[in-house]
Amino acid sequence: MQVLTMLIPISLILGGLGLVGFVYTLRSSQYEDPDGDSQRILSDQWDDHPKP
Amino acid sequence: MTVAISRQAPSACPACVAAPSAEAIAARAEALKDTRIALSLPTIHCSACISAVESALNAYPGVKDARVNLTLKRANVDAEMSVDPSDLVGLLEGIGYEAHELDVATIQSTATDKAGRDLLMRLAVAGFASMNVMLLSVSVWAGAADATRDMFHWISAAITLPAIGFSGQPFFRNAWKALSAGRLNMDVPITLAILLAVVMSVWETALSGHHAYFDAALTLTFFLLAGRYLDHRTRAVARSAAEELAALEVPRAIRLTDGAEETVAAADLRIGDMVLVRPGSRCPVDGEIVTGTSELDRSLLTGETVPVAAAPGQAISAGEVNLTGPLTIRATAVGQDTSLHRMADLVAIAESGRSRYTSLADRAAKLYAPGVHILSALSFVGWFIYSQDLRTSLNIAAAVLIITCPCALGLAVPAVTTAASGRLFRKGMLIKHETALERLATVDTVVFDKTGTLTEGTPVLSNLGDHSTADLEIALALAEGSSHPLSRAITTAARAAGIKPAQITDITERPGQGTKAKWQGQTVRLGRNDWIGAEAGDVTSAWLRVGSNAPVQFRFADDLRAGAAETITALKAAGKRVMLLSGDSETPVADLAHRLGITEYEANCLPQTKLATIESLSASGAHVLMVGDGLNDTAALAAADVSISPATALDAARVASDIVLLGRDLSPVADSLVTARKATNRIKENFRIATAYNVIAVPFAIIGLATPLIAALAMSSSSIIVSLNALRLR
Repeated sequence: MQVLTMLIPISLILGGLGLVGFVYTLRSSQYEDPDGDSQRILSDQWDDHPKP
Repeated sequence: MTVAISRQAPSACPACVAAPSAEAIAARAEALKDTRIALSLPTIHCSACISAVESALNAYPGVKDARVNLTLKRANVDAEMSVDPSDLVGLLEGIGYEAHELDVATIQSTATDKAGRDLLMRLAVAGFASMNVMLLSVSVWAGAADATRDMFHWISAAITLPAIGFSGQPFFRNAWKALSAGRLNMDVPITLAILLAVVMSVWETALSGHHAYFDAALTLTFFLLAGRYLDHRTRAVARSAAEELAALEVPRAIRLTDGAEETVAAADLRIGDMVLVRPGSRCPVDGEIVTGTSELDRSLLTGETVPVAAAPGQAISAGEVNLTGPLTIRATAVGQDTSLHRMADLVAIAESGRSRYTSLADRAAKLYAPGVHILSALSFVGWFIYSQDLRTSLNIAAAVLIITCPCALGLAVPAVTTAASGRLFRKGMLIKHETALERLATVDTVVFDKTGTLTEGTPVLSNLGDHSTADLEIALALAEGSSHPLSRAITTAARAAGIKPAQITDITERPGQGTKAKWQGQTVRLGRNDWIGAEAGDVTSAWLRVGSNAPVQFRFADDLRAGAAETITALKAAGKRVMLLSGDSETPVADLAHRLGITEYEANCLPQTKLATIESLSASGAHVLMVGDGLNDTAALAAADVSISPATALDAARVASDIVLLGRDLSPVADSLVTARKATNRIKENFRIATAYNVIAVPFAIIGLATPLIAALAMSSSSIIVSLNALRLR
């Protein structure tokens, strides 16, 4: 049962990380344009360096 | 709206040069902030379009940042004040993309969907929390005992309490609102079940009991929030598309100050201002014509198709479209005081059809909520009498509430309306109101407006065959010298018949009258009856007179909207009563009714007459669908049980109606009635599934056999069955 003292905090932290990640994507408007995002990945415009 | 004024570059605006203080103000505003420009791009569809549009816009001098949103088919541009939106539209059209400017103030409300984000956040919290709690619950169900079980329960409680406190708020708020108004809605049993489950579970945990319902409370919240979010999403999409339609008409006007033209926002016009209305544009104010002669198209206000002559001294109302010559107007009423807005007030007087309707979900809640509460209370009382044990009895009562909790019921309606609205959206219909589909399913009488609804509102020549080739050649030559809608109709029809224009000289257009020219030494004229010297008819017509010969009449009919005939046939085949109410005169209305096979029609209808007809139909027990586009239809649209307006309708009419038709074709109207009926049947089916599930599950709960595991399984499976049933609609 000693393993539980490790596993429970780990599962909680991983779940929490997922939630924090979701909150971040929501706050930074990443769900505003799903169609556009799926098309932008095909563009080679910023392949060499990120958009300044 | 100060943006529109200060966007004017000082040097490009003679009025500002004349007034140095205004120039200073404009310069200061320019230094202070940038402007946002929104462009609608209906034809973009791929990544190549995105990068072409973005790089073109970003390369334009003065543009700071441009980003395309493909989902909304829109481009948002941050630019300096000096950038003129119409230049950007021209730029994009130059590289082959159709573009329209959108009114930023109108679309701002949907630019960030706050309520949607809020729901999504709560949904995410409930989802993540339920995953974690479920992980712990599975261990308990798998056989964790004693101290381990208690520890798992306590950790679950620590996750559940804050998660429910945050995620459950929409239900708690709605339930409180209903209770404080003395009503019951679906959120009351939901709230009670969630709270009772949490309180009972904490109590059980404190007494190191075997069963805790933390996972049930969380999954319940999660499923119900998913239903709410679907519902919200469907309507948000419809709302933003409807708002885009409104935003396409940027409310600008041309003000004349000491002879200089200045583009201002329509809201900034004052009484006494001189306003220039160019041919083809809509009058922004009520006023009096000062200079210019022209013809006015009043069809959106009154349904009349025959254009009205306009001359100095005559009154003009906001919303009328100027057809031929430029008009200068002195404003006598602006903004909210215009006749356009006063007529829209009729809408407020009409008892709205949608407020009379109780939604299926509310009706189900009215039966369901008291039922489960009584059942739960009875099982508590029964068990307390039988066992004299408060804890067991409360446990049973909570289990009954949780098992019966309307998880499937909460999904039953939104899952179906989402599927049905999506289907209709692809056919070009926007469902704006949440109960519109249910009301559409009950319709037995369909009332149509004529001009702009069953007809396109553009004239077509109807008696081409009656004329000699010589007359047609002269008429075509004269018509090509004018951009009047009737002239364009003659041109189109004559060209299609292979007529060549005659050789004419000295062609001049008299705005509001007609066109005059010389042909083989004779004067030839094409225009209005009083100018030509002919008798007025009640059909839209233009007259041709060669020298002193008798005038020749060119008659016009309104072009039928695509799909109009099919729609009427389909509606009649489905056994609906079809009526036509029009503000136009008897002959064109009778003619159209005859062509479409409509037997019940009424001409010369005032807005009040239309409203009264709809109300008397409703009073006699009919369920009325009103289809209309004009200002004279708005009251009738609001009073009908359900209403549809085409995208070309006036803003006021679109606001008053439940459904907006996006394409030019009318045929989705008949389809939508079928889809609505199917959707309503599916909703009722879902209610039956949910009830059947309760009938099976409740006895287990009452005799005390329901464990958290059974509750979780039953709840998830019924929710999934209901959602899958809704998907069958596609």
